[in-house]
Amino acid sequence: MNTTGFTVPQLDYAALLPMLVLFGAACLGVLVEAFVPRPLRRPVQAGLALLALVVSFGTVVLAAGTQTITAGRAVAVDGPALFLQGSIAVLGIAALLLLADRTSDEQPTEAFPLVLFSLGGMMLFVAANDLLIMFVALEVLSLPLYLLCGLARRRRLLSQEAAVKYFLLGAFASAFFLYGVALLYGYADSVRLADLYRAVGSSGRSDALLLAGLAMLLIGLLFKAGAVPFHMWTPDVYQGAPTPITALMAACTKVAAFGAILRVLQVAFLNTRWDWRPVLIAVAMVTMVVGAVLAVTQTDLKRLLAYSSIANAGFILCGVAGLGPAGTASTLFYLASYGFTTVGAFAVVMLVRDADGEATHLSRWAGLGRRSPLLAAVFTFFLLAFAGIPLTSGFISKFGVFAAALDGGAVALVVVGVIASMVIAFPYLRLIVLMYLSEPVPDGPTVTVPGAFTAASLALGVAATLLLGVVPGPLLDLANRASEFVR
Amino acid sequence: MTPTYYLMLAAALFTIGAVGVLIRRNAIVVFMCVELMLNAANLTLVTFSRMNGSLDGQIMAFFVMVVAAAEVVIGLAIIMSIFRTRRSASVDDANLLKY
Repeated sequence: MNTTGFTVPQLDYAALLPMLVLFGAACLGVLVEAFVPRPLRRPVQAGLALLALVVSFGTVVLAAGTQTITAGRAVAVDGPALFLQGSIAVLGIAALLLLADRTSDEQPTEAFPLVLFSLGGMMLFVAANDLLIMFVALEVLSLPLYLLCGLARRRRLLSQEAAVKYFLLGAFASAFFLYGVALLYGYADSVRLADLYRAVGSSGRSDALLLAGLAMLLIGLLFKAGAVPFHMWTPDVYQGAPTPITALMAACTKVAAFGAILRVLQVAFLNTRWDWRPVLIAVAMVTMVVGAVLAVTQTDLKRLLAYSSIANAGFILCGVAGLGPAGTASTLFYLASYGFTTVGAFAVVMLVRDADGEATHLSRWAGLGRRSPLLAAVFTFFLLAFAGIPLTSGFISKFGVFAAALDGGAVALVVVGVIASMVIAFPYLRLIVLMYLSEPVPDGPTVTVPGAFTAASLALGVAATLLLGVVPGPLLDLANRASEFVR
Repeated sequence: MTPTYYLMLAAALFTIGAVGVLIRRNAIVVFMCVELMLNAANLTLVTFSRMNGSLDGQIMAFFVMVVAAAEVVIGLAIIMSIFRTRRSASVDDANLLKY
């Protein structure tokens, strides 16, 4: 399609507003960094970032029900995109509250605009209707995260090591993604998802281009999602990064990565599903088993939560492999509910501290239930949600993805999933036993009283985990209604 | 002047880059290998653009160049900061996080 003239694309500003607000506020944050005097910077930055996320969430709510493709067919604003953008905004608020709190290891104030850029990139990532835009969004969300990982003021070596590892591996994975895009461009003469959908089967080029391109694309996406065998970075980065950033990555990046996987597979490659679905099922099985088994052997709490997030990536992949609206809806629900629980869990980790920062070694948590019953109770609740016990959101979401996978005919996947969720319950329960039944260690860690922001984030996590477990109806309805992709 | 040769060259460059990332020890060299992979993708895009007779691929190559430049800025900043604290840019020396 050789076009001679250049036409200005139509922009549907109402649909793009959630992203524009975040990017605008991030640019403003950079200016704040330059012009506002140092003592005022922190409150101004935190206020600006929180305000931007709240406004962005408001614009997502206002745009509810939109089904449109805009900006020269490069951005699709539809049900899943809006649901995921809303989740990213709310989970972003929860993580940002941890970052803004005084009791956290003070991050430099540059962290706030970086977080906003990253969240804006995530919102674009889940709405990208064009593989090139998806690549740009992938970089916009990743590059600030690489920097944020290395920003810790304490434990600087660990933090910088995490940043280097995340950066080198992330750049490696995005190179694969890009080469996949190039091969698919060769196959379909376009990188728009709808054109790829039409080109499958009707393109004159070899199918090798399609399959190799799709495989490389999936490598890039599964890396971001932290699925085995592309999970190696997860524990190191989760452990080394400052805890509020880990919470941001565990909640929001996961939402963004799975949103993009869902869109690419369902919009562009639905007709090749016989080729990719077995691979996806195998990846999901391996991810659940490896995550669950390695979680058992961990001695560091942040690494334990990292392996738990790997196993959860496997559970979410069950929903993706379930295909169809039911699979999409269960994945959307899982992403939102898991995000709240994981941000809450990391908030608890931030509060238990030694002289040199957070006490993340498991042995230090012995007997915490006697010295700080409330915090131990909250953490127990989150762990039970991770384990998928009824009356928590974890149960409803696991049930949803397994039911979707079963409907899709992937019985073996569900069997492996149930076994893996039994295995991974063990480290959680062991931690609960450790907190309540062990003798407290002498000179154990102190539990800091949470500041208002951390307390708000924790309350949000507990409330969401409980409410989505007891009355999941409204959000399930919302996810079901939001499960149609626009092509 | 068959365009296929360029695709093969790009595939070879991509493979060299990927192998380099896996076996080299210096973070800067690893990073250069990633850049080689990105440029291999660029060459593929431009070649397919020529084969398909559309300009899209060449436009995409521009986007990739800009993104790669941004990535260089971030990457060198991170590698510099770890070099300052450790006096080493070897990826083998950064070994505190494991198991």
